[in-house]
Amino acid sequence: MTSRSAGSPFAKTTKIFLGVAFICLIFSDVAITTVDPWDEFKRLLLGFLTPDFYATDNIIQAIAYTLAFAFLGVTLSNVIGLILAFLFHNPIIRAGCAIVRAVHELFWALIFLQMFGLSPLTGILAIAIPYAGIIAKVYAEILEEADPAPLKTVPAGTSGLSAFLFVKLPDAWSHFRSYSMYRLECGIRSSAVLGFIGLPTLGFHLETAFKEGQYSEVAAILLLFYLVIATMRFWMKRPLLPIYLIGAAIILPWGTTFSLSHIVRFLTEDIIPYPIRNGEGWEGLLDWLQMMVFDQAIPGTIATVQLTMIALVTTGFLTILLFPLISPLLLGRIPRFFGHLFLVIARSTPEYILAFILLQLWGPSMLPAIVALTVHNGAIIGHLIGRYTETVKLRLDAVKGFNRYTYEVLPRVYRPMLALLFYRWEVIMRETAILGILGIATLGFYVDSAFADLRFDRAVFLIAITALLNICIDVISRAVRSKLRLQTSLKQQ
Amino acid sequence: MSLVEIREETVGYKGSPVLQDVELSIIAGERIALVGESGSGKTTLLNLIHSKLKGGSSLVPQELGLVQALTVFHNVYMGRLHQCSVWRNLRNLLVPLKEDIRLVLPILKLLRMEDKIHSSVGELSGGQQQRTAVGRALFHTGNVLLADEPVSAVDEHQGREILEAISINKPTVVLAMHDRALAIEFADRVIGIKDGRVALDQAALDMKPSDLNHLYQNKN
Repeated sequence: MTSRSAGSPFAKTTKIFLGVAFICLIFSDVAITTVDPWDEFKRLLLGFLTPDFYATDNIIQAIAYTLAFAFLGVTLSNVIGLILAFLFHNPIIRAGCAIVRAVHELFWALIFLQMFGLSPLTGILAIAIPYAGIIAKVYAEILEEADPAPLKTVPAGTSGLSAFLFVKLPDAWSHFRSYSMYRLECGIRSSAVLGFIGLPTLGFHLETAFKEGQYSEVAAILLLFYLVIATMRFWMKRPLLPIYLIGAAIILPWGTTFSLSHIVRFLTEDIIPYPIRNGEGWEGLLDWLQMMVFDQAIPGTIATVQLTMIALVTTGFLTILLFPLISPLLLGRIPRFFGHLFLVIARSTPEYILAFILLQLWGPSMLPAIVALTVHNGAIIGHLIGRYTETVKLRLDAVKGFNRYTYEVLPRVYRPMLALLFYRWEVIMRETAILGILGIATLGFYVDSAFADLRFDRAVFLIAITALLNICIDVISRAVRSKLRLQTSLKQQ
Repeated sequence: MSLVEIREETVGYKGSPVLQDVELSIIAGERIALVGESGSGKTTLLNLIHSKLKGGSSLVPQELGLVQALTVFHNVYMGRLHQCSVWRNLRNLLVPLKEDIRLVLPILKLLRMEDKIHSSVGELSGGQQQRTAVGRALFHTGNVLLADEPVSAVDEHQGREILEAISINKPTVVLAMHDRALAIEFADRVIGIKDGRVALDQAALDMKPSDLNHLYQNKN
């Protein structure tokens, strides 16, 4: 888009990604297959005009559970993540965190579901474990980036710990606080989505209401969800956290029992490849691997990569269209208010829920997934870029209108936009894999089928492939960013 | 004929006046140098003149206002963005049109920047960036050019060249300058500002740099 000189590395990178996405799009399956998508959409809109807040039994309880899982999971992940951040120089810890965060919380939930059933432990751990991996990395980066200058002023002979407590920690602490708040918001979204695999959170009721065509109920659940997220800064006060945590621990239904022998069997038998368990030797294992790789892992990986690349580029396009909505350089106060409102709604809706809704409206194809990923991620990056333009100062005689957008603003934001886009590449990939659970043929589809067939060895094998793919994308993204010298101090993942 | 008349009691940002009792008129064809200490109000006066001319003038702000990610061609072409159709602007953003390159090239030649036309501004030196910003103001079709320290990042010889290029292309020029000798040499009228007031306003003919000393003496 912003062509600098013809050989500019930005133009070149943009062209390569556009080309790859175009090829992926040619081979993708994009269609609207429902007979009358407009009719369904009209019914959904009508639902939003007539939300029914009394239709769902225990809706308050569902909100409470959603928050409870988020509070306990995110707090636990903060504690573990903080400890791991101090040990992050250790390559084993570093690799462990990379593996743990490469697996999406829904996959973790599917695994824990086999071990602990519908116990609250499933939901808490599904959030806490991947989040701990992310938090460890981010906190370690914050500690690393802390201003080194004051450390030199510490008197000689000061112990390492004292120096750390007085010099590094105070600086890093405020970053930890703001990041943990952001994580809590993510945790609430994740917790809501966990309902789709059976936990008693908002997603569970949303799925039920949707399947029954109760659109007024769907609207009420979504509106309450937005309300909870939008009012977070009013009710989320730090001194109240202990009360929230105790409350969360009390209300969750701990009654479900699980047997230790069951857990041991899952870990030592169920997830071991079937031929080994059955004593079929190397030949059997080879056959099993061949089947898994060629029939499931490869087609799933191709679809996942294909969808990721399309979604990455369309997200870039949408960002370019969305950020002006909240940019004071381009719009007045009143249009910006509506822009903010739209972006808040779009980025608060988890991709999974958006894809689920669009899938009901348009029928199965890659289209709902592409649009869901694009809208959610485009709104997040659009929001960050829009805020970034608040710091850009234009000269007094700068042009106005569309020319200002193309010549003054877009070229200035293109670089930070690419940085954020590549930063989210891995997030988009992780989410793409998960959308398979909804029936799109990405890796999540094969994982979900394996769980449904109780073939846990296959499921765990495919989750491992997914994690590996994520780590690969992370490495490539980092290489591209360092090659283009793109830096972002924005810690959002 | 007077191009612009300024009569203001106070000028400033949100209640803190930078300039007081400003009264001056600028006549078409004048070459004016604004001199005075940094912080005396030269930039404020320049911006005031710019707003009075309502888009008829081009401006070289001190911070240049260049778009770093775009090429020299694009930044200079931006002087005429408001006069070209949006489609033409978009075309030029993606692939510069040959005929617009032909229009921009003479200006860059004048500033000795023709070999940098397709370089992105972010890769240029400070002096080259300054010349690009001057190029943008020269490409603007207005007859008045206002510039805030347009030669602060180049040596004296190059500074003279740039000022000459400005004189050839724009009949009416107002420059804020800190180099007193160069200001007197270039301008035919010198306006001195001290403590937010116009302290001197006279023809530059036969003026010596030392005549301006009182503008720079301590306030007490």
